[in-house]
Amino acid sequence: MILVVAEHAGGKLGKSTLEMVTAARDSGREGPITLLVLGQDVAAVATEAAAVADQVLVGDLPALAQYNPEVWAAAVTQIAREGEASTVLIGGSRSGREYAPRVAVKLDAPYLEDVIKLSAEGDALQAQRYTFLARVTETVQASGPVIVATVKPGSFAPAAPAGAAGEQYDIELDLPTSRTEITGKSVEKSSRVALSEAEIIVTGGRGVGSPENFAQYVEGLADNIGAGVGATRAVVDAGWRPYAEQVGQTGKTVQPKAYIALGVSGAVQHLSGMGKSKNIIAINKDAEAPIFKVADYGIVGDVNQIVPALIAASKK
Amino acid sequence: MKILTLVRQVPDAEARVKVSGDRVDLDGTTLVIDGMDEYGVEEALRLREGGANVEDIVALAVGPKKVEDALRTALAMGVDRAIHIETDERLDAVSLSKIVAQVAQAEGTSLILLGGQEADWDSQALGAASAERLGWPQLTWTNELSADGDTLTGRHDVDDGNEGFKVSLPAVITAQQGLNEPRYPTLPNIMKAKKKELRKDELGSYDVQPGVQYLGAEIQTRARLNRMIDGKDPQAAAEQLLDLLRNEAKVLA
Ligand SMILES: Cc1cc2nc3c(=O)[nH]c(=O)nc-3n(C[C@H](O)[C@H](O)[C@H](O)COP(=O)(O)OP(=O)(O)OC[C@H]3O[C@@H](n4cnc5c(N)ncnc54)[C@H](O)[C@@H]3O)c2cc1C
Repeated sequence: MILVVAEHAGGKLGKSTLEMVTAARDSGREGPITLLVLGQDVAAVATEAAAVADQVLVGDLPALAQYNPEVWAAAVTQIAREGEASTVLIGGSRSGREYAPRVAVKLDAPYLEDVIKLSAEGDALQAQRYTFLARVTETVQASGPVIVATVKPGSFAPAAPAGAAGEQYDIELDLPTSRTEITGKSVEKSSRVALSEAEIIVTGGRGVGSPENFAQYVEGLADNIGAGVGATRAVVDAGWRPYAEQVGQTGKTVQPKAYIALGVSGAVQHLSGMGKSKNIIAINKDAEAPIFKVADYGIVGDVNQIVPALIAASKK
Repeated sequence: MKILTLVRQVPDAEARVKVSGDRVDLDGTTLVIDGMDEYGVEEALRLREGGANVEDIVALAVGPKKVEDALRTALAMGVDRAIHIETDERLDAVSLSKIVAQVAQAEGTSLILLGGQEADWDSQALGAASAERLGWPQLTWTNELSADGDTLTGRHDVDDGNEGFKVSLPAVITAQQGLNEPRYPTLPNIMKAKKKELRKDELGSYDVQPGVQYLGAEIQTRARLNRMIDGKDPQAAAEQLLDLLRNEAKVLA
């Protein structure tokens, strides 16, 4: 079977799960597509999952209420072994890329990380992935009775329901106890569209000038055009914006239809997170700013003048 | 405690990347310690300076001859000694973790520090895979850390925010921005580092095979329109941009 570990949050199946199902269908690897749903009170998620999979395995346990790398790795490994999985697909989220290597080690399987394309080549699985801060696309290959891969979010079209809904089965799991104690969690929630789902993103950099300007210009424009809000590391480090909004190597990777960068210089670490956006729009007062090299539309000008005009004009 | 820090060598972030044949060509490129590994080295030194009982800090690198330079930098920053496993072979992170685990065991390490993501291969797997091989817990994307005896406390980023954590040694910690500001090696320390031990090991003495084959590499070039709009008249520029976004790019309604 091809085992796909479902990603879900707030009682809903994540878009990344539907993308992984497409990756599984595209991969040409053998076996029915099996979605594994881990968590607590996940009945609704399992039903959503059944619409796109041949079967759904449900591990609904209090011990799975909180994600933990050691526990997740043990659960996924156990199911992969019992089901003699040929392929294990895990989301390329921060957590997915954190526990997937543990699964690969446990299964003694090769690991293809953060892939954007998958195809079977005989016994092997061939994949593409980005390297060098997403400036290079690399082709890699692995073979073996079982292969573990993480799938980069946004790289595959979300799968549409296929015929009849798959059967759901409750599974029993033998789970380790985590040795890490979580002493407090702070969830950074934005009232806006999640960056991973947003079709348009307005991002502010240090050139925006201040937290107040950020609210006025970046949030103001985003609200007018129904966009998500992003930030550069410089802005996050300065404490103007929460880390959850950071785009780049150490922040989120996004590829919206339009990425509007206000007062952003376009450092390589930032480009690695947004360089795959379909259209890049930049406003910067420095005509030499590197961001213009990757821009489809650019305005050389002061955000203090251009953005209020944009906000006013976009209201109409 | 004994700390193992992992050190990789990568092109300077601003360096141009070029591809020859089926791989990235680093000839003539300035290579530096991977920035995120550097946070790991710095943190090991700070744990010691902060009063934790740190007996030994060892830097480990696996890679070609040139990687010595990155190890010398780590030595000059203040690690006690270094191990270089010299090879031109490219090993994927999960395979490499076998070496890391063997070295950690041989050295009696109880804490491994390394970067959260590699700036060349964009992989985040080495910390987690090494932790699994050793049967240790791992905390990734750590931006705050302190030690009290055998207990580590800190904060790290997770999917939807960040968490405070507490874990007993042994453990693997991956470092990222915000954890610290790495120090620059001073000249006296660079001189001193020359006398520190830099042991060479053979790849052959570790039982490891690559699990991934690398078939090709291509530079990403996406043709961009580069259409510049004059910003002198803000009103007109704004109108023109919106018009293009609506009618040409069709990204706005
Ligand atoms: C290991 C590592 C990881 C990193 N990860 C990330 C990451 O994930 N994300 C990220 O963003 N960065 C990251 N960085 C940092 C990155 O290198 C840059 O420092 C950062 O992206 C710069 O942010 P900025 O463009 O907002 O600020 P700056 O570089 O200060 O640029 C500000 C820009 O605004 C322009 N400007 C100024 N005033 C105005 C005005 N009035 N009107 C119009 N334009 C104006 C300036 O011309 C300039 O181009 C990382 C760095 C390292 C070393």
